[in-house]
Amino acid sequence: MMRNAGKILQNFNPSQFILLSILTSAFLAGMVLPLFSLFVKAFQDSSGVFVGFANYVSYFSQPALFHSILNTLNVSLTTSVISTMLGFAYAYALKRTNIRFKSFFRYAALFPLFVPTVVHGIGLILLFGRQGILTELGLVMELYGRTGIVLAGIIFTFPQAFLMFYVTLHYADGRLYEAADSMGCNALTKFIKITVPEIKYTLLYSFFVCFTLAFTDFGAPKVVGGSYNVLATDLFKQVTGQFNFNMGAVVSTLLLLPALLTFVADRMLNTNNYCEISTKAIGLKVHKNKLRDGIFFTVCFLVVSFFLIFIGALVMNAFTNFFPYDRSFTLEHFEFGRAAGGMQSFVNSISMSLLTAVFGTLFVFIYTYLLEKGKGMKHLKRLGRLLSVTPLALPGMVIGLSFIFFFNSRSNPLHFIYGTVIILVLANIVYFYAVPYATAAGALKKLDKEYESIAESMRIPSWKVFSKVSVPLSLPAILEIFMYYFVNAMVTVSAVVFLYSADFKVASIAITHMAGAGNMAQASAMGLLILTVNLLIRSMYELYLHSITKRRMKKEE
Amino acid sequence: MKQKILLYVMVALLLTGSLGGLVGCGQRQAVADPTKAADPTEGEITVYTALEDELVTEYLAAFNQKFPDIKVNIVRESTGVITARLLAEKANPQADVVWGLAASSLMVLDNQGLLEPYAPVGVERILPKFKSDREVPTWVGITAWETAFVVNTVEAQKLGLPEIRSYQDLLKPEFEGHIVMPNPASSGTGFLTVAGILQLKGTEKGWEYLDSLHENISHYVHSGSKPARMAAAGETVVGISFGYAGIRQKRQGAPVEIIFPEEGSGWDMEANALMKKGEIKPAAKTFLDWAISDEAMNLYKVNNPIISTGKGGTYEGFTFNPVDQLIENDLAWAAENRESILEKWTQRYGTKSAPRE
Repeated sequence: MMRNAGKILQNFNPSQFILLSILTSAFLAGMVLPLFSLFVKAFQDSSGVFVGFANYVSYFSQPALFHSILNTLNVSLTTSVISTMLGFAYAYALKRTNIRFKSFFRYAALFPLFVPTVVHGIGLILLFGRQGILTELGLVMELYGRTGIVLAGIIFTFPQAFLMFYVTLHYADGRLYEAADSMGCNALTKFIKITVPEIKYTLLYSFFVCFTLAFTDFGAPKVVGGSYNVLATDLFKQVTGQFNFNMGAVVSTLLLLPALLTFVADRMLNTNNYCEISTKAIGLKVHKNKLRDGIFFTVCFLVVSFFLIFIGALVMNAFTNFFPYDRSFTLEHFEFGRAAGGMQSFVNSISMSLLTAVFGTLFVFIYTYLLEKGKGMKHLKRLGRLLSVTPLALPGMVIGLSFIFFFNSRSNPLHFIYGTVIILVLANIVYFYAVPYATAAGALKKLDKEYESIAESMRIPSWKVFSKVSVPLSLPAILEIFMYYFVNAMVTVSAVVFLYSADFKVASIAITHMAGAGNMAQASAMGLLILTVNLLIRSMYELYLHSITKRRMKKEE
Repeated sequence: MKQKILLYVMVALLLTGSLGGLVGCGQRQAVADPTKAADPTEGEITVYTALEDELVTEYLAAFNQKFPDIKVNIVRESTGVITARLLAEKANPQADVVWGLAASSLMVLDNQGLLEPYAPVGVERILPKFKSDREVPTWVGITAWETAFVVNTVEAQKLGLPEIRSYQDLLKPEFEGHIVMPNPASSGTGFLTVAGILQLKGTEKGWEYLDSLHENISHYVHSGSKPARMAAAGETVVGISFGYAGIRQKRQGAPVEIIFPEEGSGWDMEANALMKKGEIKPAAKTFLDWAISDEAMNLYKVNNPIISTGKGGTYEGFTFNPVDQLIENDLAWAAENRESILEKWTQRYGTKSAPRE
């Protein structure tokens, strides 16, 4: 009996439990309760009377719905398979081969994250539209419709897949490969027996992330989707076309389904033990292989050339009077004075993004650390994991509306944050949560559990292990999360459009207005400015990272 | 060591930056407290609008010249988003005034009891069909917007397409795959066009016409101004859109012509309203009075041929009184039958969604 109690005590850390409970409650208040205030409308009629599943019955009796569902599955599957494969190949090229210009390739891959998605749409039209540059050169295709949605989806999800693989492939145990070499294994065997098990978690997770993002995105269908109907445009039509929040809530609940699948997959993977990098791991040495390097260089080169042409088209558009009819040079489009917000919106965007990045990174990393390394607390952890993957399936519009319903009610003690920058920051942290979570979890899973057990046997408090071991070892991942939050907050539109207040406007909204007003050139110009800021921040980060690695190398010498 | 200092400096910068943001926002809140609201020529009001950015900037400058002590905070979004926001904020309205939002949207708000009846000074000058029919109006129209075809003349010439003057002309086989139209289920312009055609031709003939038109449409989009933008950029030849959307493209240098169909146009209007809330600021009423004054109307009519006092401007594309372009539109009929029209439309044209080869 006594022994049993002792065992439980050993597997339990009260301070961890309290912290995890507090953070979980914060998550509940910041996401679940607002969502609940929206989802409850799926079971009500417009006057708020409970109607059971009547809304679902009427939604599923629409003949057009079947097409929407098939179309959505079609584009999401295509997008996620292509993005995951490309993302993996690209990350593999940068981490496991000897190709040149790695740091350049690395920057270039992230370009799509640095501009708002509406700019992706503009770029695609400039390249492949009826008057597009590539169309003029003879590459004729019907952009509007499935092709457009898939292309925009790949552009948008590729960097996310790449980032996840990049972090995972960073951690490798060189001993395994050396052992395989000494046993005479060929490259294929090594790949299947060592690399694939190493990355299988990321492989599946990346697939689900891309799938869900494509499943719930309505930016691309709206701009280049033509009349190809998907579920997300149904949501858009219900809410902003017919102001039917009840049906909107019905569609929102359906969009959550892939997130549940992701969670199930996550559970399945978590029950299997997957390889951690042990404390005895040594760095991986990449062997010379001209053929391999050639192939991977070509992949990177093709992807980057496409992005460069893309940026080139934006630059051209921003400096051209009226493409394609008046191709003379002008600087006029950089005068934003007239559009609402102007330069102030730019400053606002930067401060909102900094706040999002600082608080988002703190929350994600600490919370994920407790989920991965906390002792015991099985049920709380399971809940935490479910909460962490849910945001993936929330379209921005769902977050925006549910935040209004929840925080704008007078009886809510948190009402004071409505109409301030805090609610924008909160919306961003929730909206972009899933990918930082995957990044943090991926990095933490790779750290050997022995650190914790050794520390415990030496009676070193767990916060010390956290700050002296886990944080320094996960620094690349932490910085990656910070950057991810920052650039995404700079470019986000869909959640913020329902929440920004009259005296706090942001630049990404200004771009949507410009594009909405048909001023594609000005939108391109603003897009380029946002791109520049994001590149500046990114290079500061790279410089810092560079200085640490240099220092480490010196130490090793 | 150097790196460590660098790291600390960066962290410190980030934290001060973030805190600065928080504090700044707190201060803004404090300033917004309207204690001296008794004087109708001062204070701070929040206005939700669907008027275009550049127009808002221009009109507001004129307002502030007259009332320099009223600070107007604007939230501008597309009709759909701003209406959804107003409805979602129902529990605790943030806006004081709605300015230039579709009357069809304001009717929805009115039905839900969100609008406060208010008769602005000079409301008797507004033609009866441009204001709500209540004794004290809940909304008052300022300008109308109407179906117009935006045609890219360069592309039309390249393809040798015939001239367009009427709805009937759009059915010519030459136009197959060259027309883009807004989806009525997601766009107000799309709906007023479809409702207009049904009223103009009668329900049965109207649906027959839409059937034939569908054969020529390359695709349906989710915004009323997008067809005009697409025509301007040469992404389509003909965009079924509204007048101002085309005018704006033309001003920016697009080779487009704006054509009002000779049978007449379906229309809706942009209107103003006072939000019902606990404290109604006197400055909000001042704004609403100004927003239908002669000064404001003179500004509106530079950009819109049809203003609610009926004395519209001279306007390229019109050789006649622009108000005559508007069909006898029964907005109440349209609102009542909206759901069944959209259902029928979606059933007929919404499922054939695959892009044409």
